[in-house]
Amino acid sequence: MKNQNIVVVVLAVLAGMLLTVWGMFAVGDNMPRGVTEFSREAYDLHMIILWICVVIGVLVFGAMFVSIILHRKSRGAEAAQFSHSTKAEITWTVIPILILVIMAIPATRVLILMETTAGYQMDIKITGYQWKWQYDYLDEGISFISSLDSASDAARQLDSGIDPTSVDNYLLEVDNPLVIPTDTKIRFLITAGDVIHSWWVPELGWKRDAIPGLINEAWTEVSEPGIYRGQCAELCGRDHGFMPVVVIAKPRAEYEQWVAQQKGLDITGYADTDGEVIPATGITSTVN
Amino acid sequence: MSNTAVANDHHDDAHHGPAKGLMRWVFTTNHKDIGTLYLVFALFMFIVGGAMAMIIRAELFQPGMQLVDPEFFNQMTTMHALVMIFGAVMPAFVGLANWMVPMMIGAPDMALPRMNNWSFWILPFAFTMLLSTLFMPSGGPAGGWTLYPPLSLQTGNSFAFVIFAIHMMGISSIMGAINIIATILNMRAPGMTLLRMPLFVWTWLITAFLLIAVMPVLAGAVTMLLTDRFFDTSFFNAAGGGDPVMFQHIFWFFGHPEVYIMILPAFGVISEIIPTFARKPLFGYSAMVYATASIAFLSFIVWAHHMFTVGMPLGGELFFMYATMIIAVPTGVKVFNWVSTMWRGSMTFETPMLFALAFVILFTIGGFSGLMLAIVPADFQYHDTYFVVAHFHYVLVTGAIFGIIAGAYYWLPKWTGNMYPERLGKIHFWWSTISVNVLFFPQHYLGLAGMPRRIPDYAVQFADYNMISSIGGFAFGLAQLLFVYIVWKTSRGGKKATAQVWEGAKGLEWTIASPAPYHTFEDPPVIDDSKLAHGDITH
Repeated sequence: MKNQNIVVVVLAVLAGMLLTVWGMFAVGDNMPRGVTEFSREAYDLHMIILWICVVIGVLVFGAMFVSIILHRKSRGAEAAQFSHSTKAEITWTVIPILILVIMAIPATRVLILMETTAGYQMDIKITGYQWKWQYDYLDEGISFISSLDSASDAARQLDSGIDPTSVDNYLLEVDNPLVIPTDTKIRFLITAGDVIHSWWVPELGWKRDAIPGLINEAWTEVSEPGIYRGQCAELCGRDHGFMPVVVIAKPRAEYEQWVAQQKGLDITGYADTDGEVIPATGITSTVN
Repeated sequence: MSNTAVANDHHDDAHHGPAKGLMRWVFTTNHKDIGTLYLVFALFMFIVGGAMAMIIRAELFQPGMQLVDPEFFNQMTTMHALVMIFGAVMPAFVGLANWMVPMMIGAPDMALPRMNNWSFWILPFAFTMLLSTLFMPSGGPAGGWTLYPPLSLQTGNSFAFVIFAIHMMGISSIMGAINIIATILNMRAPGMTLLRMPLFVWTWLITAFLLIAVMPVLAGAVTMLLTDRFFDTSFFNAAGGGDPVMFQHIFWFFGHPEVYIMILPAFGVISEIIPTFARKPLFGYSAMVYATASIAFLSFIVWAHHMFTVGMPLGGELFFMYATMIIAVPTGVKVFNWVSTMWRGSMTFETPMLFALAFVILFTIGGFSGLMLAIVPADFQYHDTYFVVAHFHYVLVTGAIFGIIAGAYYWLPKWTGNMYPERLGKIHFWWSTISVNVLFFPQHYLGLAGMPRRIPDYAVQFADYNMISSIGGFAFGLAQLLFVYIVWKTSRGGKKATAQVWEGAKGLEWTIASPAPYHTFEDPPVIDDSKLAHGDITH
């Protein structure tokens, strides 16, 4: 009877732990589901493997806690002297292998999806520099540099006296964001001019290293218009923490309008998704 | 050779004690003295590396730059890793091996005592040189401990000192590894067959082979960096026909086995402690040995999982994903065997056992996040974020370092002849275990929410978890000062320990007096199967 009570207590503690973990993910600090097919697949894989780990953890730690509570000397437990069990050992070798095989199948499928750039509709070249990004629209001939916006830059200086919480999108805002059309398969050609950087927007679902002398390929197709923010993910020197990525996805028509403006037809400025006018400083554009 | 050994056994000065004063430590060839030197050095480096971590966590306490320049922040992250890996964890395990391996296999000393002295005494000079770069005009290395070019090649002239220091650490490690292999293979007491050896000896034998295999690879990689930096070669410069990614392949061919170099001996320590306090033989002894060997083999074919985002071909990504996932199987076997060792035991919970139990749970959590990181499409999100930082700190702090601390409490009575203060030990345990989780668990969420690693400042949505993490960090740092106090106090005195020390302890080291005499097993012991740690040798 007393042993049963203890098992109930153990189960309650484990259930509490589970609830806490679940609760913390539910509150919002989890991997974003994102706005691309790939990002949603990556999220699903993440959640599957997470729950597999949680279930295995509950079983293993549960057995351990039961043992810690029941099989203690202070309760008068006598030590058994068994030291092996071929059956048990085969079981806990084979079952993990099966779980891994089951996990490997969807992971392989999603990976093949990500690594297939065929069928892309436009190219954007991304070049990382210390500490800014250059974007070249290879089909349109548009090219510009994107770096940390001045408000964040002022606030991030040592002892600036500016409260970061008073700066909109502190460290996640740039002067010239990358503008892309929605529902278009875009191939990114990613490289760097000095050291290795890594271009990452969590909502798109991936990061890819920008390596001097090599050109990496990646692709995305964003389904929802919006502003998506990310950062350089590979240590690239002093200001590694201060080279954000901002991507604005616009519906096709609005994107065409933006392209036309960039090509010099109307260079005074363009409206971002909030309708706010962003000055076109730093943008060099050439007409094909 | 053996004739000489026998002759020495009956020579008069085989029974002399340690020399007096400082020179005892400079010239010593005694495995116990050298073990002590390694352990004290590692503890000192642990405090130095920990102080750097405190600077990092203080700067990250809230958004905005308050304390240090970003360049200095990068020097701190780089140095923290180098000091903790090469200065704290590895020397601590070599220290444990020096003290315990001869005593566990019934050998009078290490096989190569003079080399043993040298392999230790290189280290203080290597680290003096490494740390001195922080005070040089060009500053210390700031490109991360992984030293990826081209960034690491932007380091000033101090880079030459960093590389020379790494070479010295490598030489020290290789000599230590040769010594351990030579000792284990040649100096076992008659009857101590390989499959009667305690698990700690087994894990160290395998670790030593890993060290010999990969430290030269690191030496080669950093030498190429040296010539790229100072002699205009282009090993890693694409403009000159080289390849920056090649460095990463070479580095991680060293780096992944290195990870296991830091955890396998901890597996060994835990496999000694759990049977002792469960009063029950280790479950699945031979499975444990084979699992360790499998993990060591697999560690050589998974290196590129550190580089999934460099743009490998699909086939490469699939191979390294599958190989990495397979590691979960032998690692799982170890965890299941530890739990089975506890099952139906008669457990008590002295401080070493508490740390061992925390190790099993928290290392397993680090293993889980490692399994998640193996899934390549998800890794495209996890890579280079705080999720990775959380992962490897669970494996290295609550894994490797908890293993070392557990071992220190377990064997301190044997080393000093005194019991450590149990109450303080328990306070140290609970304080460390709670604070280390406050420190590292929130970092999982930070990484998933999009915070990259190695940044000195962050967007405001990451502020809460960073503050929690920093508070945990300060508390964990303080707890380790308590550990230093406990070790110091125990070395000065305390309740006298018996030879057996722990009721359930088995193994040759518990058959000799506490503190262990300066010379032990000058005559080989008689191996009694019932005294072996895993008891039943029929497996």
